Amino acid sequence: MTAHMKHDQPDERNVLDHMAQGIIGKSLDRPEGLLKVSGTATYAAEYVIDGCLEGVIVTSTCARGKVTSIDKQSVMSMPGVVDVINEPRMIARPAQGTANEAPEHKVGEIHYWGQPVALVVAETIEQARDAAKNLVIEYAPALAEFNPEDVVPEPQPDGTNEGDLNQAMEGADQCVDLTFTTEGHASAAMEPHAAIAQWDGKMLTVHASLQMLNYNIAELADALKLKQSQIRLISRYVGGGFGSKLGISEEVVAASVAAMVLDRPVRVVMSRQQVFQTIMRRSETRQRVRLSAKADGTFTGIGHEAVVSNLPGEEFAEPVTQSTDFLYAGDNRIMQIAVARIHRMTAGSVRAPGEAVGMPALEAAIDELAEKLGIDPIELRLRNLPDKHPVEGTPYSSRKLAECLTQGAKSFGWKKGKRTPRSRREGEWWIGTGVASAARVHNVGEAKARVTLRDDGTALVETDMTDIGTGTYAILGQIAGEMLGLNPDAVDVQLGDTKHPRGPGSGGSWGAASIGSAVFLACEAIRKELAGRAKVKAEKLTLKDGQIGTGKFSLPLTELIGGKSISVIGHYEPGAVEKNFVASGYGAFFAEVAVNHWTGETRVRRMTGAFGFGRVLNAKTARSQCIGGMVWCIGSALTEALHFDPNDGHLVNCDLAEYHVPVHRDIPDLDVIMVEERDPVASLIQAKGIGELGMCGGAGAIANAIYNACGARMHAFPMTPDKVLSAMPD
Amino acid sequence: MPIVINSLEYQLPADPRVSLLDFIRDHTGLPGTKKGCDHGQCGACTVILDGVRINSCLTLAVMHDNCDVITIEGIGSAEQPSALQQAFVKHDGFQCGYCTPGQICSATAMLAEIAEGWPSDATQDIGTRPSLSDEEIRERMSGNLCRCGAYPNIVAAIREVADAGQ
Ligand code: FES
Ligand code: FES
Repeated sequence: MTAHMKHDQPDERNVLDHMAQGIIGKSLDRPEGLLKVSGTATYAAEYVIDGCLEGVIVTSTCARGKVTSIDKQSVMSMPGVVDVINEPRMIARPAQGTANEAPEHKVGEIHYWGQPVALVVAETIEQARDAAKNLVIEYAPALAEFNPEDVVPEPQPDGTNEGDLNQAMEGADQCVDLTFTTEGHASAAMEPHAAIAQWDGKMLTVHASLQMLNYNIAELADALKLKQSQIRLISRYVGGGFGSKLGISEEVVAASVAAMVLDRPVRVVMSRQQVFQTIMRRSETRQRVRLSAKADGTFTGIGHEAVVSNLPGEEFAEPVTQSTDFLYAGDNRIMQIAVARIHRMTAGSVRAPGEAVGMPALEAAIDELAEKLGIDPIELRLRNLPDKHPVEGTPYSSRKLAECLTQGAKSFGWKKGKRTPRSRREGEWWIGTGVASAARVHNVGEAKARVTLRDDGTALVETDMTDIGTGTYAILGQIAGEMLGLNPDAVDVQLGDTKHPRGPGSGGSWGAASIGSAVFLACEAIRKELAGRAKVKAEKLTLKDGQIGTGKFSLPLTELIGGKSISVIGHYEPGAVEKNFVASGYGAFFAEVAVNHWTGETRVRRMTGAFGFGRVLNAKTARSQCIGGMVWCIGSALTEALHFDPNDGHLVNCDLAEYHVPVHRDIPDLDVIMVEERDPVASLIQAKGIGELGMCGGAGAIANAIYNACGARMHAFPMTPDKVLSAMPD
Repeated sequence: MPIVINSLEYQLPADPRVSLLDFIRDHTGLPGTKKGCDHGQCGACTVILDGVRINSCLTLAVMHDNCDVITIEGIGSAEQPSALQQAFVKHDGFQCGYCTPGQICSATAMLAEIAEGWPSDATQDIGTRPSLSDEEIRERMSGNLCRCGAYPNIVAAIREVADAGQ
């Protein structure tokens, strides 16, 4: 049985609030927690398969050109070497998120430094690695542009141009016209990309580390020219994704091709360096932000234009202005993105594509405008929240931005009034505070999940949806448990296997809302069936702790099931509400930093994030998502930057020693406030996404705090000590 | 001579190139120890070797005949977790879980280091016994990266166990 719903109308019933179990939203431990802490959760590379060969990817040492020869014989006589594989089915770039087809580019045609060109397969990893180092490859290099500043960017077609921003700027009481830069970012998930492929002549089984199996199966089938029914993908545990595992990447296809060619299982694990060199980067950006305002702070104009980069032929363009589009008022508006075509590895989604770098620039510009106007920066934001989409006039679904700003300010201890840089000093350190708004568009995707209420009164939830650390196992157990009156430990959640109904995958923060709605639909149908069996209306049913109550009688659920288990596939489909409303998560960041007067080093001393993302499904895992995002804010504000060699285009800092993700000592205690909200448009469970919201703007709060601390106004992220020192007044 | 891992003896590999990490993960059926970088940069591979925490990717298995190794599986199991493992679950000291075995092995050894009075960069006065401040915990755990950003929760978990043990 299938319970299908297209989300055409807002769902204001808030059904989950009227259930009896009382577990939705509760701060429960993750059901898979003990497996993870004991090292017994099995990640992609860890399945033990007899006779498994090891494959090591060999990557190009030029950024553009052709492979002219691969001298197989240079390694075939080395101990243990089984084969060198370079064939057209292999892929040369990762697939973009939700691509649903394989990237077209050919392995022998080089478009970026570090592009995979061959796979060396041997009996052991040591043998394969050694042979990969010794493989003789010749290239015919070609000239290439590596630097976005050196090329004329192509404007994207879908910009906004309303009114006359130039005129608004001229007529404004105050305005700012600022150019910001952000550097490229790497997802750097802790688990390197890995796959083990097995081929039995008809069926390909691949254990891989992937976020969106529902799309990945189509991508892999397309690459290999197999039917989807010939492929099974398994990703039960994923060691972090952050966008880097949205689409299939080179190791998945290489392992599959090798397994099919050699008729033996093959494992391919990328080295950390290869992950940096061949997987998606977030594009660097150059952003012009213009704001014009009346003396009372009312915005008259807002401009956000960005230049980003990508390889030739890639459709993805970092959507920098995505939330600027609807966040603040201002009749005269320009939003425009242009793409510079250069030969660096593929640019794609890295946690919160767009807002992660667009919001900090916008929010830093607002801080400068607030200073010019002499208006408190929180007040300035509050004065510019429109009632509806500023251009299209579409209503907002539910928006808690004002609440986040005010509740966050209270919890943080924000001091209103005149803000003067260099007002507080402790020894060598200047202390200051900053604020920024958070916004991240809300997305949903089509999702299916099967829920079975079994004879023994327990439930089983099955979908190919993944849990990449986000808490999917926990929240689906809570949704099903709440709806069916079961403790979460009576709900078995099975994820990450394409033999199950297709989920939406984890990406764009849409997972919980989409798959949660599918589980909800299935459970609603099960409740209906139970009501039918009990001969009462579904609304009259009370399900709690495995007991069923009808108002007239109460009996154990197992009795009503009576050996006839109930199985329903819930099918959620996005609908008209997507067009009829603007749905987004909102929030506010508050940071206190200390900046060293002599070294320019910035330490974040405390940070508060207040967020509104609809219903909280599990307060513990939701908070973890928020603090994770805030940690990324600190990284992107202060340390994270990809550095490319301007001469040959190679990524210079391709490991975790040189690409500086925050470490324990960089992170203070983080205060998270989750503002109570139900969003009837966001999903059938009134929840929005949270995985990305927590990093959409926080780097701006830190930048503003640096200025307030030491008087250094900078427009280049990350704000490393060299930049702080040179911007600091004497 | 064999190597002892979680009280069981294993014969060392014939190939001298096998790292201790690859040996543990691929030759002993103990994949709980993780590989995040293979270059001593992330701490995911942390194990306790003769009582001291090390990055097992930075050393070769054949160098450790007769040595005693404790991996995450030796610290506790899902059925019988250690106090620290339980605290990690309670405080949600992880998200994806990939850095977690390394964090827990590292923290287990780190608490012993503090108890023995080893100073760190965060120690105010190296002439005195280091305190168990959050700053000390953060400094000493800084070799264990967590890209999910579970740091505050990891510190909370360690803090709880450290306080209980005092
Ligand atoms: S795998 Fe050993 S430190 Fe990263
Ligand atoms: S839990 Fe994912 S890297 Fe730490």
